[in-house]
Amino acid sequence: MARLIKGRRAVSETPPSPDEKIVRLEPADDPAAVAGELASASRVEVNFPKFGDGRGFSIGRLLRERYGYKGELRAVGQITRDHLFYLESCGFDSFELREGENAEEAVAAFDDFSESYQASPARPVPLFRRR
Amino acid sequence: MYRYDEIDQRLVDERVRQFRDQTRRFLAGQLSEEEFRALRLRNGLYIQRYAPMLRIAIPYGLLSSKQLRKLAEIARKYDRAYGHFSTRQNLQLNWPRLEQVPDILAELASVQMHAIQTSGNSFRNVTTDQFAGVAADEIVDSFVWCEILRQWSTFHPEFSYLPRKFKFAVNGAKADRAAVGVHDIGLHAIKDAQNQVGFKVMVGGGLGRTPMVGFVIREFLPWPHLLTYIEAILRVYNRYGRRDNIHKARIKILVKERGPERFREDVEAEWAHLKDGPATLTHEEVERVAERFTRPQYESLASQDLAKLGNVPGLAAWVKRNVHAHRVPGYAAVTLSLKKTGVPPGDVSSDQMEAIASLADRYAFGELRVTHEQNLVLADVRQDRLVELWREARALGLATPNVGLLTNIIACPGGDFCALANAKSIPVAEAIQRRFDDLDHVFDIGELDLNISGCMNACGHHHVGHIGILGVDKNGEEWYQIQVGGSQAPAALGKVLGPSFARAEVPDVIEKLIECYLERRDSEAERFIDVVQRIGVAPFKEQVYGKADQRPPRSQRDAAVA
Repeated sequence: MARLIKGRRAVSETPPSPDEKIVRLEPADDPAAVAGELASASRVEVNFPKFGDGRGFSIGRLLRERYGYKGELRAVGQITRDHLFYLESCGFDSFELREGENAEEAVAAFDDFSESYQASPARPVPLFRRR
Repeated sequence: MYRYDEIDQRLVDERVRQFRDQTRRFLAGQLSEEEFRALRLRNGLYIQRYAPMLRIAIPYGLLSSKQLRKLAEIARKYDRAYGHFSTRQNLQLNWPRLEQVPDILAELASVQMHAIQTSGNSFRNVTTDQFAGVAADEIVDSFVWCEILRQWSTFHPEFSYLPRKFKFAVNGAKADRAAVGVHDIGLHAIKDAQNQVGFKVMVGGGLGRTPMVGFVIREFLPWPHLLTYIEAILRVYNRYGRRDNIHKARIKILVKERGPERFREDVEAEWAHLKDGPATLTHEEVERVAERFTRPQYESLASQDLAKLGNVPGLAAWVKRNVHAHRVPGYAAVTLSLKKTGVPPGDVSSDQMEAIASLADRYAFGELRVTHEQNLVLADVRQDRLVELWREARALGLATPNVGLLTNIIACPGGDFCALANAKSIPVAEAIQRRFDDLDHVFDIGELDLNISGCMNACGHHHVGHIGILGVDKNGEEWYQIQVGGSQAPAALGKVLGPSFARAEVPDVIEKLIECYLERRDSEAERFIDVVQRIGVAPFKEQVYGKADQRPPRSQRDAAVA
């Protein structure tokens, strides 16, 4: 059962090649500390060790909005389909689901909501300026 | 009423569909208990002592008659034909079935209602002054700002998994009737010297286990910066609030541990990046939201002298306590009391809900408000129809003339329903109401807030009652700790008198406190709380416990220390 989603599609994982540079952040880490490494990173991973630990959402937004990271941003850890809409809004574009989740089914959750009130990396202009 | 546009409606409908699927996955074993817990709570669904409990949002307490009829119908169809209005201006159903909750949410969505973020570690229902829009001392209509905040906070992608719940209050008038000092964030609207509207922003207040009054993080925040500034506060909290201990996870603990000055610096540093960004509010948006509110079409009427409404027994007391001044001549706001003796505070039957909806239609432009004191308000009643309304309300058991008085008790559902409670609240409220059943005496005692919580989570706001009662557990038995000197506004926290009491003793203790007050007040104008503030807690303590050498035997006292 595929557990990885990229580009809103379930994909199989490929083992990282030796020249890939993966930057990994834990919830308590400050993205400012890795700002200098972002340009050369092939991927940034943010860990969500618990279902209800929301610190990584702020980290995602900061990486995109403040530190200008444009590359692959992956959420890993206790990720279920229930997080996908919010994660994508906060700038994540790849998702490693937790054990037991089915990526093929989970992709439907990107359409849980068709709109957001807030400004975010996915919608830089808040709804009230588009209404 | 704020009327949804197509997008507001669509989002609520999509939420119903999402929760239906989450419930299905839980029942199919695809979501763990813990995962589903986090998801159901943000839809207001608790698993309680005897059954689930569903907390339905009534944003800023504003409700239409149509919505109230729907609530009556839902309570009848899915529950036991009654509901409970809470201190968060919400409605709780105590007996729904888990698998039917998605259907209930769908019914709510059909009248522009929901249960979004009424629980869980999320941004909760924004509360405000029940006299918003009609108070003579209004600075801004707080409903407009509450709705702007409702939209900003609904499904906020970054702040949907906060360390802990987050409560927000907005006060738009000169007098604080929203208790802004005891919320995670409290906003008090003000105007500066140039007549520009802004907000005094308070952070880190709250009741519960560690009651604290918030600190003023900003004396004046111009309104366009409201959302970016709050976003900065929430980001600091989301990143640095404690997640290792549920009892230390509220923002007040972060404020306390960092100290207000450092907390303010952190927020200002964050805000420097967000200020003037796309989330900066515009005149157009504030006007758009304001225009989506329906407004009463007032008639030009002359103000009446309410003392001359008629010499009917009981009427004057009701006018004095339950009728409130209105900014428009010839109109008044009326509190329908849900504090009749023998009825759990805040409880309303489906039949009553329908009757109240009818009153709202015929007397108050089809609108009503829920107060944080667990009563209902008809905000726009013609003064020349007050007598008529009073007769109808009295026939429905909704005209108890006790608003602001001792028997207008705030009480949580307590141990009769709540899984968290250490002790029952409802029977204590009733015993006190029965003890003080002489209305003349209650009037003579004057203004007094008596609040009861069944545990330290403080849903009954006992810390800010002039008299507060807290249920505590002592070796599996219910005991009650008594506090005095709390106040909603200006926010002050009560002081514990001493060792706690058995339930049967509580009415005696309240009576002693009242005796002490009556003996020591300067005049009828000096309220209970004023006397406590003037003479301190010690005389009250002595009245209750006696002097040290007259105290009950040690064995009895030890048993009572909880």
